[in-house]
Amino acid sequence: MASAGTVRSADNMSTPDNSMSELGALPRKFPISSENTSVSDRKLRFKVSGLKMFYGQKQALHSIDLEILANVVTALIGPSGCGKSSFLRSLNRMTETVRHARIEGEILLDGQNIMNMDVVKLRRRVGMVFQRPNPFPKSIFENVAYGLRINGYKGSLSDSVEHSLRRAALWDEVKDQLHKSAYALSGGQQQRLCIARALAVDPEVLLLDEPCSALDPVTTAKIEELLFQLKASCTIVIVTHNMQQAARASDFTAFLLEGKLIEYQPTPKLFTTPSDPRTEAYITGRFG
Amino acid sequence: MSLRTAWRKSVNVIMLSLTGACTLVIISVLFFILGYLIWNGGKDISWDFFTKLPAPVGEPGGGMANAIVGSGKLLLLAMLFGVPIGVLGGVYLAEFGGRTFGFLVRYTTDLLNGVPSIIIGIFAYTVVVVPMHRFSALAGGFALGVMTVPITVRSTEQFLRAVPNPLREGALALGASKWKSIVTVILPAASSGIITGIMLALARVAGETAPLLFTAFNNHYWSSGWNQPVSSLPVMIYLYALSGYRDWHEQAWAAGLVLLAFVLVVNVSTRLVLSRRTSVPR
Repeated sequence: MASAGTVRSADNMSTPDNSMSELGALPRKFPISSENTSVSDRKLRFKVSGLKMFYGQKQALHSIDLEILANVVTALIGPSGCGKSSFLRSLNRMTETVRHARIEGEILLDGQNIMNMDVVKLRRRVGMVFQRPNPFPKSIFENVAYGLRINGYKGSLSDSVEHSLRRAALWDEVKDQLHKSAYALSGGQQQRLCIARALAVDPEVLLLDEPCSALDPVTTAKIEELLFQLKASCTIVIVTHNMQQAARASDFTAFLLEGKLIEYQPTPKLFTTPSDPRTEAYITGRFG
Repeated sequence: MSLRTAWRKSVNVIMLSLTGACTLVIISVLFFILGYLIWNGGKDISWDFFTKLPAPVGEPGGGMANAIVGSGKLLLLAMLFGVPIGVLGGVYLAEFGGRTFGFLVRYTTDLLNGVPSIIIGIFAYTVVVVPMHRFSALAGGFALGVMTVPITVRSTEQFLRAVPNPLREGALALGASKWKSIVTVILPAASSGIITGIMLALARVAGETAPLLFTAFNNHYWSSGWNQPVSSLPVMIYLYALSGYRDWHEQAWAAGLVLLAFVLVVNVSTRLVLSRRTSVPR
């Protein structure tokens, strides 16, 4: 991070409002632009405007404006501490579980302000998968059924569990051991189990917070393949440390730096012809 | 070898043997007590001891069946009074408690843990025995229950804190309310630890005499109900050991052996269970 100073202009450090005007020069509402065909007729899932986030006195996000399209994979990249996880967590209000965390600005999910929504309903619509697999100390079956049970699901649990495990490409590996402890699975299987658990309540959006950082490359490839299949039925937002992963698995990429959105482009464009020098510096490995 | 090295080595040897000797003393105290109890009380342990009522003075035989059942009743009551308060208090401290208030609560429970047991007995006497106008199993169970609370609170809190945070987040992210996530995920994950804490607390109060002297009092016969005075092993040991009769002394030794065996079994078995199954890998 020390070298970040070299690619950042000095005025960038001043006030959050300054950064607004500075970013105004950038194509930050980019995805709706016309030059990228098929983009404009896609449905908008999230519309984030002026999102600021604070942990106590410390400001983690500075006026983020971002529009996330339905049924695509959007990747959030940036160096550690740039606020990408904070941003992701604000999308299903998981930030509220952190003491002294505070949010300003507006996040619309399908046109509805998430702050006015029942948080339980919001989280059912916006599922989340975490950095390290976190299956519950229960059986594989109970892990997947958990979300259904707490939401008072009336239908057949076993059908629903099977369907979710199939969607997470895990069914064939676990169908004969559904009642074994989830901890008997390997790390990659556990992470897919967590994805199945999130899918069980049929969310519209799946948020993934560095889902592969604890996994080996083969397992990572499986999960990326899975994301590709899932985006037909789900909107996916993934935070990743791994730029190759963002380049491989996502359709759009947002680059964050020090709590600010620097650039948001279709993935191929961001990685080939970034419009901001800081993005270029980051993706070429000059810092971060 | 220089003098300095020799000096260092000898200091090392001396300190090693000193700490080793102290450790031996610690272990041997338990084995001494156990051995002494077996030596003195072992011969009086018989089937009669567990099934018969105490015999009148001078008559041989007799047992402490009423005291054994009485102790069981008192522990059951202590669990009913103490466990819900202790576990829920621990849940509050681990999951909800603010920094300042949590600190105060923790400090208070530690103080409560340090309150001499006879004072707890006086407290139970004041709030249960006096209004009811009688000694009773309820009063004794209440006194013991109060004593289990601080231990249960702290052990519950400790084991809940050991549950990894991602599990909490996982449940919340699926739309569980805070309370639901605690009941369905966090408490089950910590359950074996919490149960161990409860068992250790019960083993701890099983041998308490002072709080029972003026709450449960004593009873030479079967206690006929929960609101009657009831006999218990520690109180029987106290009374029999103070008596002037040889038969009773021997019965007291036997009762001591039974009590210690119970406490040891509970301790060892819960610790074994805990070491066998850790609920959540970390």
